Amino acid sequence: MSDLPRLPERDRPWMMRTYAGHSDARRSNELYRRNLAKGQTGLSIAFDLPTQTGYDPDDELARGEVGKVGVSIATPGDMRTLLEGIPLDQMNTSMTINATAAWLLALYIVTAEEHGVAPEKLQGTTQNDILKEYLSRGTYAFPPGPSMRLIADTIAYTVEHVPKWNPINICSYHLQEAGATPIQEIAYALSNAIAVLDAVRERVPQELMGSVFGRISFFVNAGVRFIEEHAKLRAMSELWDELGRDRYGVEDHKQRRFRYGVQVNSLGLTEAQPENNVYRIALEALAVTLGRSARARALQLPAWNEALGLPRPWDQQWSLRLQQILAYETDLLEYPDIFEGSKVMDGLVAELTQGAREEMARVAELGGAVDGVEYMKASLVESQRDRWRRIESGELTVVGMNRYTETEPSPLTAGADGGILVVDPAVEAERRAATERWRAERDTAAVEGALDELGRAARDDSQNIMPATIAAARAGATTGEWARTLRDAFGEYRAPTGVGEAAAVTSEQIAELREEVERVSEALGRRLKFLVGKPGLDGHSNGAEQIAVRARDAGMDVVYEGIRLTPSQIANSAAQEGAHVVGLSILSGSHRELIPAVLDALRAAGAGELPVVVGGIIPEADADWLRDEGIAAVYTPKDWDLNRMMRDIIALVGERHGLDLAATA
Amino acid sequence: MSRSPADGAELGARLRAHDLSAAPAALNLIESNAPAAREQTRALLASVSPAALGSEAPAHIVGVTGPPGVGKSSLLSRLVAQWRARDRSVAVLAVDPTSRRSGGALLGDRARIEVDPGDRAVFVRSTAAGDRLGGLAPATRAAASALAAAFDVVVIETVGVGQSETEVADVADTVAVVIQPGSGDVLQFLKAGIMEVPDVLVVTKADLGRVAMRAVADLHAALRSLGANDTAVLSVSSIAPTAGIEALIDALDEHRARLDLAERRLRARRMHALDDFVAEYGERGLRTVGGRRQATKWLAQQDPDLGVPALLRGLEARAAQ
Repeated sequence: MSDLPRLPERDRPWMMRTYAGHSDARRSNELYRRNLAKGQTGLSIAFDLPTQTGYDPDDELARGEVGKVGVSIATPGDMRTLLEGIPLDQMNTSMTINATAAWLLALYIVTAEEHGVAPEKLQGTTQNDILKEYLSRGTYAFPPGPSMRLIADTIAYTVEHVPKWNPINICSYHLQEAGATPIQEIAYALSNAIAVLDAVRERVPQELMGSVFGRISFFVNAGVRFIEEHAKLRAMSELWDELGRDRYGVEDHKQRRFRYGVQVNSLGLTEAQPENNVYRIALEALAVTLGRSARARALQLPAWNEALGLPRPWDQQWSLRLQQILAYETDLLEYPDIFEGSKVMDGLVAELTQGAREEMARVAELGGAVDGVEYMKASLVESQRDRWRRIESGELTVVGMNRYTETEPSPLTAGADGGILVVDPAVEAERRAATERWRAERDTAAVEGALDELGRAARDDSQNIMPATIAAARAGATTGEWARTLRDAFGEYRAPTGVGEAAAVTSEQIAELREEVERVSEALGRRLKFLVGKPGLDGHSNGAEQIAVRARDAGMDVVYEGIRLTPSQIANSAAQEGAHVVGLSILSGSHRELIPAVLDALRAAGAGELPVVVGGIIPEADADWLRDEGIAAVYTPKDWDLNRMMRDIIALVGERHGLDLAATA
Repeated sequence: MSRSPADGAELGARLRAHDLSAAPAALNLIESNAPAAREQTRALLASVSPAALGSEAPAHIVGVTGPPGVGKSSLLSRLVAQWRARDRSVAVLAVDPTSRRSGGALLGDRARIEVDPGDRAVFVRSTAAGDRLGGLAPATRAAASALAAAFDVVVIETVGVGQSETEVADVADTVAVVIQPGSGDVLQFLKAGIMEVPDVLVVTKADLGRVAMRAVADLHAALRSLGANDTAVLSVSSIAPTAGIEALIDALDEHRARLDLAERRLRARRMHALDDFVAEYGERGLRTVGGRRQATKWLAQQDPDLGVPALLRGLEARAAQ
């Protein structure tokens, strides 16, 4: 290290991206080109949930979700349109894709071929981290064993054939979103990395392990406690270096460098006074850029309005400008590491490394990250619950939400669109028709042959899945067909919900709720039964989990069966289980389609009279509409007081059964 | 919504007529503690008793139990699919082990049983266990006898080992204990007699190959040393590629065919009536009928066709004498 306070030359900025994509390939391609023209330096593709979980737009499970949280890519033709006019030999493309990563990578490779760009030239990242999908995000498709094999296969394949590609981005991001403390975030992400590397070690020769290790990158979160968050990244760098050297025998220190990209925290963004989120995002960006020795390689920032709905291009531009100001206006990039020699920073790093080591040892004792999924999931549910408790008690200040709540009306949300992006409801029908057209026009025999071959490769553990996947892409198979073939070979899987293990807690308010529940249950004749359902493909289950656990603590019988259920599955359970009330959680923007579908299904199952409440990211206008459709109550992120929600639900059941609760009180 | 409870006799009649859509309402009634509802529950049970039916209820009541985490839900998903392939209607009563410390319980959390929601011939209901692991929920026995009038198969799923199979055996025609390879404690429990010998032993995770085969061999050896040659031991895989599911159903059917059904159901009903009596009137109530032995003796002398409500009324009448 030099003693000079300045670098001889200003550092090159990190790669600037915006997580973007919606509707179909054509509209998203236009958006990407506009973003690149604004100075964005890399692409970050957001796929819709059907693409992420391996269903075509015309699948029953895709209903309401097509083109919502990202772009719908069902065919090689879609990928061709998506990347039209984008120089793939120069572009660095990050794809947030996990269960279907091998397939989307194949589509990318095949499209590049058509552009005349060889695989060796391709740069980018497939997220491809399945364990965190079990823990947090929920877009898994296959059981753990085959999923780990798909990951190992893509790594083994790219190290040899697409050497500049990051085949996996191990995500601590979603762990924090699920409530992880910094120590849990470090420990679970690194345990996950160990599971992946151990699986790859079985499939590549030892002399390639250095290159494999060097291609593993991370996708990290940064919360608003930005000093500690920075220390977290330094701790991860230290532990990663150690892991490479000691566990995998990687000699080259460059291959042991901790490389990471970032999306800063969405969990802490508020619906109340949403403009304040701009400051939160700026401070969180500092966490990952301040210290040179643990600075992000790539950064994407959320938009101020993510707790309200999907961001519009203008909202995303506002976040991109923040990055550009940080990189080009401030003096941030002129100095060596500004924390070197800081006792505070070193102390924090030491604390975090120590804590993470202990937690990693616990996971290792359980047999590693794959076998430890249940333990980690339960720990995250527990942490999230603790976080809610602190917000509810005021121990944790969230400005505008549980403190300083007085506000002037915000002009930002006053527009006709309510300050968010609304995907054209016609997109789903268009996409369905386009996919059917694609199927009609291709060489069916070639596709069937390629899928047969894919199935054979899947059943033969000694084969790499990538060549057959690329062949299926060339033949014109669809996303749903690829995934269906693998589902047939591997079976389906439901991840643990983690709620069953959550310890029962109590407080004065909860004790009061329990009395209410006892009173209502006695009047009903049996215990108040509450069914919590997550319809559709949305895997963001934190909200549903916290509601389920709180309702249990309040004394209710709670039926929660996890994510990704169809409206008829939910309605059927509600009827058969004899629920008194149904709660639905949706964060993917598909509420206008899925909620009425659940109501219809309830009527069909003979349970049309059941009261239904809804929670999620639901714009005010839609909330009114849902109430008109017959929903008893709508809760959004500003309704953070879970006890109050429980009181409402108990009262709702009492009211529907004509119980005079005031009299018995 | 009506305040008065559902009509038990009418629900019973619908179940007798194999109207499967009566199941949710029947369960709502059976689970209810309200005095009026309990009257109606008695009426429901009376209308599905052998006396009313003219024979034992036709269903095969299967108990499926085993330690947590052995893959019972996945196995049940496959079994239900296979029973449906054989055109049998199936009701599953899942008893959740969740503790009721807060009064409340989380149900259906242990990886749900996959069923086709459009299939009206499958019914799944979860209830919280009492206060013990492996214990049945208070209403489970009544629920099983009611559903047995309407469905072809009634499954009672509980979690536990060492106690749960005994309780399930009090109500089921056939008890299957599910274990995974390498669960040495089950082997020890069997040998030590802590665990009653089940009718069928199922070893999951057949995909583990040799480990699973070894487990099967160990169980066979243990059963031989206990002289329990009737117990079938099967190895299954519930994940793709599935294996052994059809053989398991055949084994369950064979047990049922060998069984003296009338005798087993009769014992179950008498035990059920006695337990309900004790739950209602306590040990003191039991003394008023001359203690457990006298009560059991008295029950053994009653008409075999009597349902639980009639037996219970008989005990109550004796207590009042």
